[in-house]
Amino acid sequence: MTVLLETRGLKKHFGGAHVINGIDFSINAGEIRCVIGPNGAGKSTFFKLITGEHRPSEGSVYFLGQDMSHVLPHERIRMGMSIKFQIPGVFPDLTVRQHLQLSLHRAKDDRPGSIDELLQRFMLEAEEHVFARNLSHGKKQWLEIAMAVSLGPKLLFLDEPVAGMSIEETHATGELIKRLSASGLTMMVVEHDMTFVKQIASRVTVLHGGSLLADGPLDEILARDDVAEVYLGKKK
Amino acid sequence: MKQTQMPLRGLRWLPWAVALCLPLVLDANTNGNLAYCLLWAFSAVGLAAMWGYGGILSFGQTAFFGLAGYGYGIFTLNFGDNWFESWLGLVTGLVISVVVAALIGYMIFFGRIKGVFIGIVTLSVTLVLETFMAQTAGPQWAIGEARLNGYNGMGGMPQLTIPWPGGALTLENTSFYYLVLILLFAVYAVMRRLLDGTFGLTLVAIRENPQRAEMLGVDIRRHQLLVFVLGSALGGLSGALYTIWGSYITPSTMGLTAAAMPVIWVATSGRKSIGGAILGTALLVWLSQNLAVYGSQYALILMGAILLIVVLAAPEGLLPFVVKHLRRLQGRAGRRGSRARFDETLKQEEGKS
Repeated sequence: MTVLLETRGLKKHFGGAHVINGIDFSINAGEIRCVIGPNGAGKSTFFKLITGEHRPSEGSVYFLGQDMSHVLPHERIRMGMSIKFQIPGVFPDLTVRQHLQLSLHRAKDDRPGSIDELLQRFMLEAEEHVFARNLSHGKKQWLEIAMAVSLGPKLLFLDEPVAGMSIEETHATGELIKRLSASGLTMMVVEHDMTFVKQIASRVTVLHGGSLLADGPLDEILARDDVAEVYLGKKK
Repeated sequence: MKQTQMPLRGLRWLPWAVALCLPLVLDANTNGNLAYCLLWAFSAVGLAAMWGYGGILSFGQTAFFGLAGYGYGIFTLNFGDNWFESWLGLVTGLVISVVVAALIGYMIFFGRIKGVFIGIVTLSVTLVLETFMAQTAGPQWAIGEARLNGYNGMGGMPQLTIPWPGGALTLENTSFYYLVLILLFAVYAVMRRLLDGTFGLTLVAIRENPQRAEMLGVDIRRHQLLVFVLGSALGGLSGALYTIWGSYITPSTMGLTAAAMPVIWVATSGRKSIGGAILGTALLVWLSQNLAVYGSQYALILMGAILLIVVLAAPEGLLPFVVKHLRRLQGRAGRRGSRARFDETLKQEEGKS
């Protein structure tokens, strides 16, 4: 198995607050990895350290075997990372089509299809000429994912992809992610919704207090007492 | 939908057609004055690209205006007034404004200066240039044959000429008007192509959500620098043409009042519309010129009043406001027509039964 992303001894502190305390982590090519944990576990900070939004206080991030310490965020994207933000970061004054036009233009080698194909795949055909400010929350999330996918990434980060979605939309998003995975795309998903996690992931990583608490197959992890205690707030 | 928008799209070419035909019915002197109204539009287009698309509010258009104007003057006063030198002087003025814009832009964007501070920095640059040029009245302030002359202004620069059978042809009044018009159309066409394409989309994305744009792999600072240099170069083109038109330039063209004018023109005309910026600027300069006959203070008061009214009533700018309402009216008329046809059909069906 090819290791796509790896972190070694990753630490981050803001003044005296130690948010990430030495995480060793890796994702293999073709995997869907869900990162879960209670609020304040350090998921978002961990995510931002990988994407380059924050610089680590100690330790390193390796992508495709290359140290990312001095690689700027936009350069990481060009190397094959792609991100869907927690809060939809669409551009209000651009139409759905213009969003995909823009992101496909940024794609380098592996374009995942034409604008029309992406519109169809992400169920946005009816909204092709709608300005992003007029989209529903769920459609904005799908547009975000479509933009991230259209860059033709090697590794896709999804930060809470179903936050604020209805049950139907959540299920449809899960199926969408499974289809993307079947096409060989590697994904790292940060998510709270356990039903959704169970739908898409075979392997999860649990963070707690800025450290890696558990890592392994979903069923085994959820069966662990310590995970149930910190994540679900109960003792078995 | 397309049917209702077609006539309005056709209207886009109407001002160009009118501008093309105007000199046929006006005298040469008036054509020269019209050229003056049009030449400021380059600066406005540059600001519209920066501000309307890239979200960069620059008060520095006048700095590049002055640099290119003085550049043209210094070059032609030193190297002669043949046709080739006059055009080379124009290019020199533009190159100076591009180089200085690249340096200032690099410091702004790679120094991570954002938002209102860009306005403050660019305003400071133009005011520093004005202050410096204002104290150059003494004879020691000369570059070769060119006296800078402080507030008395630098004068005596040659006009543009082109080689012509029987001697060089000086571009003045009507011919200068057509030169400005051709340049303006070329700039309009290039800017529309650029801003309607992925470069424009990228700028809008940076303006609306820079963090997201960066996560699409966009080098934000490079794009901001590019549009800043492009817009500033257009400010420079206005300055060089202004100097050619009047054979004169003074430090007040880089002063506080002058620095505010492009912002007023663009805010009034519509900062997201290149065509609107051209039309609005030409009309506002024309209005300002006519009012100046009765006292320049009236023109400034009127400009301020127009800006205030537009910002309150049509914040997106006058031309986009008018177009939006015309489209709405067209839509209503279209719906009324459909309703009438539906009623007619209904009556016919009822008559049959």
